[in-house]
Amino acid sequence: MSSYNYRDIFWNGFWRQNTGLAQLLGLCPILAVSTSFINGVSLAIATILVMAMSNATVSLLRNLIPYEIRIPVFILIIAALVTVLDLTMNAWLHELYLVLGIFVPLITTNCIVLARVEAYAAKNPALPSAVDGAAMGVGLMLVLAILGGTREVLGTGHLFAGIEMIIPGAQAIQVLPADYPGFLFAILPPGAFIALACLIAAKNWYEARQKHAQLQEKIGGVPAHHHS
Amino acid sequence: MLNNSPYVRRPASVTRVMGTVLAALVPAIGAYVWQFGPAILGQLLLATLTALACEAAMLAARGKPLRLFLTDLSVVVTAWLIALAFPATAPWWLVVSGTAIAVVVAKHLYGGLGQNTFNPAMVAYAVMLVAFPALMSQWPSALPDAITSATPLDALRTGLREAGASVASVRADGSVFGSLAGRGWEWLALAYLIGGLLLIQQRIITWHIPVGFILALAAISGAFWLADSARYASPVFHLAAGGSMLGAFFIFTDPVSASTTPRGKLIYAAAAALLVYLIRVFGAYPDGVAFATLLMNILVPLIDMKTQPPVFGHKGDNKV
Repeated sequence: MSSYNYRDIFWNGFWRQNTGLAQLLGLCPILAVSTSFINGVSLAIATILVMAMSNATVSLLRNLIPYEIRIPVFILIIAALVTVLDLTMNAWLHELYLVLGIFVPLITTNCIVLARVEAYAAKNPALPSAVDGAAMGVGLMLVLAILGGTREVLGTGHLFAGIEMIIPGAQAIQVLPADYPGFLFAILPPGAFIALACLIAAKNWYEARQKHAQLQEKIGGVPAHHHS
Repeated sequence: MLNNSPYVRRPASVTRVMGTVLAALVPAIGAYVWQFGPAILGQLLLATLTALACEAAMLAARGKPLRLFLTDLSVVVTAWLIALAFPATAPWWLVVSGTAIAVVVAKHLYGGLGQNTFNPAMVAYAVMLVAFPALMSQWPSALPDAITSATPLDALRTGLREAGASVASVRADGSVFGSLAGRGWEWLALAYLIGGLLLIQQRIITWHIPVGFILALAAISGAFWLADSARYASPVFHLAAGGSMLGAFFIFTDPVSASTTPRGKLIYAAAAALLVYLIRVFGAYPDGVAFATLLMNILVPLIDMKTQPPVFGHKGDNKV
């Protein structure tokens, strides 16, 4: 049995192939649920659970699933797991369940879940598959946390609204002055697109700089002249 | 020595074009001060300083020459259009953030001078209207004892919808309405018209877009008005109200984001007029000029592609 580099698998899902910033998969929930930090992170946690479980399940069953009908089988497995999660959230986190609404059942149709099942779990053993699914989910959580936090602060001036749904007694924090008028645009759908575009640009800029630095190291520290 | 025709016109520099546009806005600024008070002057200064600061910051970040682009006056035109389009009663931060969005996002993130798909001033207006609808709908009053009032377009729509009144009875309110459209607004419209004619005379803009827009808006509003003059305002009202004249000569004619072919300009302007009318009369926003501009900006590549004039020497058979 070959050994798997779990660190590499994690880094791949968390950063290199980040679902929101590099693969641009599952954008619908990313854009729709990132109106606040708590909404975004809660949906991301639900997605992490689903992705880890569905990757592990499919990986265990991968030799039993006929190749020709694999997609419907994958979807059935994912849908079953999502239903379990949906009912669990309805029972134990009812208020949060009401806020997230349709987006919990819609995790089934999130293409990042199916994409990882198809691209990774169907070809690899259970443990690395579970780690891959979870890492992709954590990458999604990173995007949803930053996006949700930014949009919430810009749009309303406070952070962690709705935290009492998860931690009873906790309260939202007022980040900006109380008379902040609230930049409603950030909460509306166009704000989501623009904020996500800025995040992608920031990631690309960071990676371009790193590449540039590596290149300079390789050619012996000669400063490159690239002024236009 | 005598030269024979044909003559080649030296293309106008960006600085001359923008300088003429600024000069053409001066009558409107004068009318604004006369009718609504001097608050607009502070707003113009604020928008100009913000625009220059943002422009300098973005030029520096993009490694472009500062002096060349800062002195071409294009960013000052954007700033003045924002200052004139925003209510003069708006808080300072509304103008500053709107101008910053126009210069940083709508202009430079799209590639800078000559590259912007959307009219920067109208992007600023649309973003701020969506974000702060209440602040963007309150305008200075033309009456000395009142500070703010609804715009004539808003007052007319609210009166028609909520009170079920007729156009004539709503317009009897002399504090908001004047003889043509809004009290004070009609002078502003006249001043924009004068400035716009100056632009055509100086060949900064061609006649296609203003004429197309004005004729189309008059035709559409005229049709509704003839059908039911109790519920729909007259063409004169629509031409003299809101941002019609500002749009016709200074916004829709933006050389970068507007259509460039002669036939395309007419189509662009007429479709914009239809959108302005629909948004004004059946929509919920104070005016339709900004949204009409942005929607039509998206269609410009298509319009331009379909309306290429025939290449000289061909008989119009160069299909694209």
